[in-house]
Amino acid sequence: MPLLELKQVSKRFGDASVLNEVNLSVEEGEFVAIIGYSGSGKTTLVSILAGLLAPDSGTALFDGRAIEGPGPERGLVFQNYSLLPWLTVVENVALAVDQLHPDWSDSQRSAHTDRYVSMVNLAAARDKRPAELSGGMRQRVSVARALAMSPRVLLLDEPLSALDALTRATLQDEIARLRREQNQTIVLITNDPDEALLLADRVIPLTRGPGATLGPGVPIPLPHPRDRRSLTHDPMFQRLRREVIASLLSVAARTTTSLSKDLILPNLEPEDLERPRSWSTRSGPVRLQERRTVTVPAPTDD
Amino acid sequence: MNSTSLPVTASPISTAPASHPIRAGIYRWFSRLDWFLLPFAGGAAVLALWYLSSATWAKDLPNPTQTWIASKPYIVEPFAKRGELDQGILRFTWLSLILVAKGYAIALVIGTPLGFLLGISPLFTRALDPIIQVLRPVSPLAWLPLGMILFGGWKGANVSELAALFTISLCAMWPTVLNTAVGVRAIPQDYMNVARVLKLSRWKTLTKVMIPATLPYMFTGFRLSLGIAWLVIVAAEMLTGRPGIGGFLWQQYNALIYEQIILCILTIGLVGFILDRLMSVVERRFRSV
Ligand SMILES: Nc1ncnc2c1ncn2[C@@H]1O[C@H](COP(=O)(O)OP(=O)(O)OP(=O)(O)O)[C@@H](O)[C@H]1O
Ligand SMILES: [Mg+2]
Repeated sequence: MPLLELKQVSKRFGDASVLNEVNLSVEEGEFVAIIGYSGSGKTTLVSILAGLLAPDSGTALFDGRAIEGPGPERGLVFQNYSLLPWLTVVENVALAVDQLHPDWSDSQRSAHTDRYVSMVNLAAARDKRPAELSGGMRQRVSVARALAMSPRVLLLDEPLSALDALTRATLQDEIARLRREQNQTIVLITNDPDEALLLADRVIPLTRGPGATLGPGVPIPLPHPRDRRSLTHDPMFQRLRREVIASLLSVAARTTTSLSKDLILPNLEPEDLERPRSWSTRSGPVRLQERRTVTVPAPTDD
Repeated sequence: MNSTSLPVTASPISTAPASHPIRAGIYRWFSRLDWFLLPFAGGAAVLALWYLSSATWAKDLPNPTQTWIASKPYIVEPFAKRGELDQGILRFTWLSLILVAKGYAIALVIGTPLGFLLGISPLFTRALDPIIQVLRPVSPLAWLPLGMILFGGWKGANVSELAALFTISLCAMWPTVLNTAVGVRAIPQDYMNVARVLKLSRWKTLTKVMIPATLPYMFTGFRLSLGIAWLVIVAAEMLTGRPGIGGFLWQQYNALIYEQIILCILTIGLVGFILDRLMSVVERRFRSV
């Protein structure tokens, strides 16, 4: 029985159909990467898996039971980290631990928290607030917070997209290590084919929305651990890469001209009501409700 | 012959570079005094206008010198008590501050939860928002008689104090209510999602997520509320005749002693300014977290 399963799941926001008849099944211990264009509905998909959104039709199952809300067995790493800015690194992680294990003693809980903070190499920054951390460090706190719940499946929503290439590579190695050493079941959302091929056992393209659906998956039988540099010369890797990109392009063949771009910034701070906003720029960060859709011509592949 | 050699050393060639840093130094000195000199000039202009007015078209207005002489006993002995309505200026201020503190505390204790409810519940908002919008612009002068009527029947109660507290808390509450409500509505959905994914209890969601996220808005409301509470105190004391800075002002006016009115106005303004500064320090502290 698959650990995580979507059957004919559809989701719409108002008139816009975002997901249409999505099917997915993830086995225990499997690492699945879902790859798709920006705005195709990846976050929507992962929110349904996490239980933050309910599908309009179809069923979402975890361990054979319907998903009725978020739960600690499904750890989610948000696309924009979503750390609480008034809590330090440890406090952010402890929030999850304290809630989950009220029966533990204080020392047990703090030991558990410390273990996960060290696991993502943040012991030195444990008492810093998110505003004092780099993007990569914030992302690692977010991963530690999800892992500290000891989830049976880890849902990663574009965890590395906002990072520079070097930090990205380091964190990719950490995710690969996690999967190797703990045999963690992982669903990784990404927009980078190479990242998907480097990490996953199976890569599934999400067609471009509206009405996105999952294309046929491409199994990646490359042995772990995979080395980034030798991989690029591996003929099997190159063949798989072409296959993944071809399937992405083929599912993109039914293109639409709209492509939404999210303008949400990580770690929102409350807006300063006293600071006047100027005509063209705003003093506060853009909020979720204010995400704008910019329409750009879809790329043609001829 | 030493004196004749002086003009030689003070030749244009040697003085020009020497005088330059001096001039620059004077300039720097002046510009550093800007913050002091400019307000000073402004104050002097107002004083001049005051002298001029009391000498020409406002004959009843005591000029600054008369005001100073008449106010001096209240300033040099700020805590003296010669009678119920004849006390040192700081003693009056203290009496007013106590009343404001009580009314303000009531406003916050009622206003903050009310704002939270308005922020959380659309139902509540729809039910209460119209009433709030109508009650908010009502002047303290209008509330005070109502307070007198409401508490007039209470046996052994200090009716004027209760009516004053009623007025202060009612008028000062709205900024806290509205800012808290806005703050709650502005909590990013992301934070609420975190609370849901971590399965936080209702209590923890409130204390660990919602209240910290709302704090900066709340404190803006608290600061504005304090300003209004201080504004209302004068009106409340005037109408009830309670001893305090506003009561003193009104009594002196009725006794045709105009010399201390300006003293009272200046004191009220200064205290209001200090309260606002103190609150914005607190507010900034919470905003930076
Ligand atoms: N709460 C919402 N209300 C209305 N429309 C929404 C909402 N959330 C998402 N959408 C729309 O659904 C579509 C998919 O959004 P989603 O966030 O799932 O995309 P994504 O694939 O995660 O994009 P990205 O790669 O930029 O993160 C977009 O067109 C978006 O505008
Ligand atoms: Mg997304």
